[in-house]
Amino acid sequence: MSQPTQTDPATTESAAAAARETRAPRRPRGGTARRAGSRVLHVLLLPVVLIGVYAYASATSSSYYTPTPDLIASAFGELWFSERLFSDVLPSLARLLTGFTLAALIGVSLGVLLGMSTRVRATLEPLLEFLRAIPPPVLVPLMILLAGIDDSMKIMVIVSGCVWPILLNTVEGVRAVDPVLADTARCYGIGGTTRLRVLILRSASPQIMAGLRLALALAIILMVISEMFASSSGLGFAIVQFQRSFAIPEMWAGMVLLGLIGFALSALFELAESRVLYWYRGLRAAHRGE
Amino acid sequence: MTATPATESRAPDPPAPARSPRRPARDGLGRPLLGALGILAFLGLWEAVPRLGVVSDRYLPPATEVLVALGARATTPGFWAAVGDTLAGWALGLAIAFTAAVVLGFTLGALPRIRAYTTSTVDFLRPIPSVALIPLAVLLYGTDIRSTLLLVVYACFWLIYIQVLYGVADVDPVAEQTARSYGLGRLARVRHVVWPTTLPYLMTGLRLAAAVALILSITAQLVIGSPGIGREIAVAQSSGAVESVYALIVATGALGVVINTGVRVLERRVLRWHTSVRGEATA
Repeated sequence: MSQPTQTDPATTESAAAAARETRAPRRPRGGTARRAGSRVLHVLLLPVVLIGVYAYASATSSSYYTPTPDLIASAFGELWFSERLFSDVLPSLARLLTGFTLAALIGVSLGVLLGMSTRVRATLEPLLEFLRAIPPPVLVPLMILLAGIDDSMKIMVIVSGCVWPILLNTVEGVRAVDPVLADTARCYGIGGTTRLRVLILRSASPQIMAGLRLALALAIILMVISEMFASSSGLGFAIVQFQRSFAIPEMWAGMVLLGLIGFALSALFELAESRVLYWYRGLRAAHRGE
Repeated sequence: MTATPATESRAPDPPAPARSPRRPARDGLGRPLLGALGILAFLGLWEAVPRLGVVSDRYLPPATEVLVALGARATTPGFWAAVGDTLAGWALGLAIAFTAAVVLGFTLGALPRIRAYTTSTVDFLRPIPSVALIPLAVLLYGTDIRSTLLLVVYACFWLIYIQVLYGVADVDPVAEQTARSYGLGRLARVRHVVWPTTLPYLMTGLRLAAAVALILSITAQLVIGSPGIGREIAVAQSSGAVESVYALIVATGALGVVINTGVRVLERRVLRWHTSVRGEATA
């Protein structure tokens, strides 16, 4: 039995992208000031209402755990624009990016190898299914045993968790290379690295990107957990420290920062994806007759 | 056989026919055999590496010892209580997220004007890693199961909700208009047109969410210390019981495989009328 699981994130993502893109042209762009105004309203109304409701609720409630937004904001400014930026935020981000990059390199290269050979794939498939099913955070205690609690442990945790979605999506993507295209490339004598670059990696890229997107979300989770567990620096460490010392506005400020990082990384990824896959979007739009 | 919504939406694209119907390997009998061989080879390697002293067995106990430790644990009631706690957090969290996401997804999917106001908020909240909520969960609920639920529900809700929205948006306008011209009411249209279109998307969301729910339910136990396998692992690690750490990790993997397989079977059942599943049976 093959694994439909891995394709789905990819295909839903692309279906999602397609849905987004079909909607885009219909949306009024710029145009009259009224339209621009209604767009701003669409974007801002609900967040403003939510923050307002929270501000009201926190100001009127006596709960110690829900500080008012302005307290959180001032804690945010004090904390993250000071030396903590260099002692906690940047090291965390460095581990995250190192781990993610390594996982991407390993995942894509192994995935291409596995995807091209039916026999190797048949041999390793059940094993990979099992390894993938292990929830990545449980590897944190194991990595502490194996590698101590320094940076290399955290990077290993991130790599060992993130590599699966990338690997399995790459395998699926490589498997699905259009046989006609592959034959054509063979007829024209395109081989070696050119074949890899022009045919295989390119055909598989929508799936690879979907795998990378899943892996990025996982990487943030693993970064935070590995730091919460055993660390002397990093965002996860800082937040747990605030929580244990009941520095509540600071704790909230840390959670807000994590949220902002997650949001920023996913926005950056979307940007990168739309650049890498611009040909794919164009292709799909063309087929839809737009 | 692949993602059901995908097969549909890709069908008109020329590259699609090559991608979507994935034929099972020709050597039908060889595949399971090769797979078993792969697992045996892995276990053999795992046994050999510490035995030959390549890696100290203080860090990597041989496979047999780990499996024996797992067997010994499986006879204790404490182990099954932990499995039960983990599964309770998983199932309850998934059920809450599923219900909320389906109700909200269908409601807002049917009201595009109101939905337009929520897009920015959803796009902002969705990428927030749910582990960011751990400190809040600890403060609010301590090591109670509600801490686990908070994380699981937050993470799973978005996955399913987004799928439902895409599903509702995917309704074929011709089908919709046909239903309208036959005089089907709003509810009947939801039942006969919108629901079947959304179901494949919903199942994909559910499958992704089932895996994520297990990850977060175990994470919460590991980090917060709410009861379950995750806490057992943390305890085994801090007491230096290396075999137990490995044994429990193998157990979580097995749990993951069971859940993945179960959801896949469910999906096939629920969607057996769908072309993607039917096509697979005949292929």
